[in-house]
Amino acid sequence: MEIRIQVPNVAGESERIQKPAGSSFPDSGSSQSPARAFLQSRRSSAFADRIFSAVILLCALCIFAIVALILYELVSGSRLSIDKFGVAFFFRSAWDPVNGDYGAFPFIYGTLVSSILALIIAVPLAVGVAVFLTEMCPGFLRAPLAFVTELLAAIPSVVYGLWAIFVLVPLLRDSVNPFLIRVLGWSGLFVEPNYGVGMFAGGVILAIMILPIVSSLTREVISAVPQAQREAALALGATRWEMIRMGVLRNARIGIVGAIILGLGRALGETMAVTMVIGNRPEISRSLLDLGYSMASVIANEFSEASDNLYLSALIEIGLALFIVTIVVNALARVLVWAVTRGAPVRGA
Amino acid sequence: MGVGIEVSELNAWYGSNHTLQNINLRIPANHATALIGPSGCGKSTFVRCLNRMHETNPVGRVTGSVLIGQLDIYTQASPVEIRRRVGMVFQRPNPFPTMSIYDNVASGLRLNGYRNRVVLDEVVQRSLEQAALWEEVKDDLKKKSGASLSGGQQQRLCIARALAVDPEVMLMDEPASALDPVSTAKIEDLIFQLKSQYTIVIVTHNMQQAARVAENTGFFLNGRLVEFDATHKIFTNPRDKRTEDYITGRFG
Amino acid sequence: MAARELRAPRRLRSSNRIRRMLANHLATTAAVASTILVMAPLVAIFFYLLYKGASSLNLAFFTRPPAPVGETGGGMGNAILGSAILLGIASALGVPIGIAAGIYVAEFGRGGRLANTIRFTADVLNGVPSIVMGVSVYALIVLPQKHFSAFSGGVALGIMMIPTITRTTEEMLLMVPLSVREAALGLGVPRWRSVLSITLRTASPGVITGCMLAFARVAGETAPLLFTAFGNQFWSTSINQPIAALPLQIFVYATSPYDDWHRLAWAGSLVLILLIVVSVGLVRYVAGRGVLRGAS
Repeated sequence: MEIRIQVPNVAGESERIQKPAGSSFPDSGSSQSPARAFLQSRRSSAFADRIFSAVILLCALCIFAIVALILYELVSGSRLSIDKFGVAFFFRSAWDPVNGDYGAFPFIYGTLVSSILALIIAVPLAVGVAVFLTEMCPGFLRAPLAFVTELLAAIPSVVYGLWAIFVLVPLLRDSVNPFLIRVLGWSGLFVEPNYGVGMFAGGVILAIMILPIVSSLTREVISAVPQAQREAALALGATRWEMIRMGVLRNARIGIVGAIILGLGRALGETMAVTMVIGNRPEISRSLLDLGYSMASVIANEFSEASDNLYLSALIEIGLALFIVTIVVNALARVLVWAVTRGAPVRGA
Repeated sequence: MGVGIEVSELNAWYGSNHTLQNINLRIPANHATALIGPSGCGKSTFVRCLNRMHETNPVGRVTGSVLIGQLDIYTQASPVEIRRRVGMVFQRPNPFPTMSIYDNVASGLRLNGYRNRVVLDEVVQRSLEQAALWEEVKDDLKKKSGASLSGGQQQRLCIARALAVDPEVMLMDEPASALDPVSTAKIEDLIFQLKSQYTIVIVTHNMQQAARVAENTGFFLNGRLVEFDATHKIFTNPRDKRTEDYITGRFG
Repeated sequence: MAARELRAPRRLRSSNRIRRMLANHLATTAAVASTILVMAPLVAIFFYLLYKGASSLNLAFFTRPPAPVGETGGGMGNAILGSAILLGIASALGVPIGIAAGIYVAEFGRGGRLANTIRFTADVLNGVPSIVMGVSVYALIVLPQKHFSAFSGGVALGIMMIPTITRTTEEMLLMVPLSVREAALGLGVPRWRSVLSITLRTASPGVITGCMLAFARVAGETAPLLFTAFGNQFWSTSINQPIAALPLQIFVYATSPYDDWHRLAWAGSLVLILLIVVSVGLVRYVAGRGVLRGAS
């Protein structure tokens, strides 16, 4: 920060300088203490300061550089596939490495369906938890429950996947799926074959994985609703539920939508757990119990086996699409959450 | 020993707000000088111009010249060098919260790269003695954090911290305004002791305080220095009508 | 007349009241039920892990590399060492850059357009799927070098640490009172010194918390390592060679057909989870004691 100083000519101005009568005005003291002598011998730090702020700025700009590099690598890596297939890449269902024919539609479909499934399962639960924790929970339970939610968020994807393979999938195959086939089979969404693994299993494990982020953000948004709104509702004779519905949820809904969209962003990019249970077959089927594939899973499974450049390029293009979609979704979510919690400090998501 | 301060044609702005207008003033060495005036009159801005703290505010701007001793602080030295020679005590006690009492006092030297432990020990003890805090804290110098002291002790700790670098000038921006009467009395005693060795400039909204500790007093109003004279004159026989109105309580 | 007029609303009101109370109880039940339903998977996962993992943990798990297919025994010693090396590289890259960027946003560019853009970009980077990070680092480092390496894996993880660290550092620095900064400046302490020794030090418990959170998050990442660190069946400490990592090994074993490998996958998961739980718990303990204890 540079401050420009104008120095007027002080010569001849002494008449105007106010001066108390009879005071002395001695020059600089002649006796020097060691501390003063040391400090006066130290040079100005301007040079060190300039270097320091330059280094700090450079590190900050690194973040731009990283995002730019990611984008550049993805675009240049997928050039081959973009040139060959164009926009149609995203609407074609072919996935034939042998004949070099690629289309991303089955993966996009799988990613969207599993993520939406996850939202349908997770959102009501997450809002329920958030409401319980902020509005109903007895004080002594609040901290442990919040801690458990936080832990749930910290479990690595691969551990969720492991658990899903050995616990969730058998449970779905033997109990939940037969029930769904009996009750909802008429819709065509839940019909045989029932492998256990498949789109539905992917959706369930995604739901479990995005629950913590959606519920903790919802909690944050709900806490940001002014207490006066709750009191106003209660003062009108509202029951607790009516107070929550009118005083809290209505005021917080934009932020809750933001939290949901952020959860969607997580679900879209989630890789390992989904790869382990979705079935990994690039076909589209009406039944949610059938095998599916997602954008992230196909990259995880086939990237290191991709034998020729076009194959690799097609996979990178799927990565590029995933990158752009998650950026848009995340930016949207941030804006919505900010709109509600503006002013309140944003906790790390 | 302290040095005198000579201020000429000093102007300061906060953004577009012209907070100091054409200040000309000579502050004598090794005396206490009080600056009084209603809040918002520019007295705090003025002392912050004497060690170039005003320009740390992104919208702060200064013109004019300030001579400390014979050094023009705005042209002949960097802000960092000036602040090593001009100590400052702020309105609210602000010890470094993560540092022990000892580290707080030694911080001015240490953070500038001074490493001699023997000298540091001496300096810390002398500064705490000068700030009349030594007896109260000598047993847990390195055990207790600066923030664990009471408000009045914290402010004396801040004074010790400022004294440790042996400044030529001490600026005090309402040093007692956040303290209780007993602590205030201690701070005033301290100023009385210190003013034979340092040039002290103290901003205060308390006229009795100015009368008690300072030889000279300046009265600020609306960004201008209305009157500057020996304290007893200001309080008994002011030249300016506005000064008289203020000290007799007829003002605002 | 008057009485009849009054009666109708009263009847309405009483049925209305029952409906409202019912809705109230229903909502409460739903909230409690959803809380239980959310907590259930965690408890299930955790206990299942303990049950499956603890029975497979032994000394060999920590000291031996994987046994060849068909042989029983073996461990994940090389994967644990590999994860440590990867996380070391990641921290060496991510922590300084993350903290420095946080300092810029909070101290040097505060409120400016550049600082806001950097904050937003950090949030964007935070949302980049980890698999995409793996693909990018593959294209950036592995492809030009023509081989998988521990270095590339560490870089991928390090980049993923940056946004979390930057955002927490910024938040924590902003909590340091202005008066403390002024005290340092007033002493004639150079700006760089005052930022590092006063502001950053005052905020250090919170900054460390952020680093631990970022560390715990990438410790369990698998996707970015698939085509960077790649995995390795043997001991390796070279940063230019493919290297094993705990989450990678868990993935390989979990999706394998061998019971003995499943057993190792559970044990590995337990170790990973314990590592993460301990660091998250530690973070909460430190944060709970007051991030800026004593700061006015």
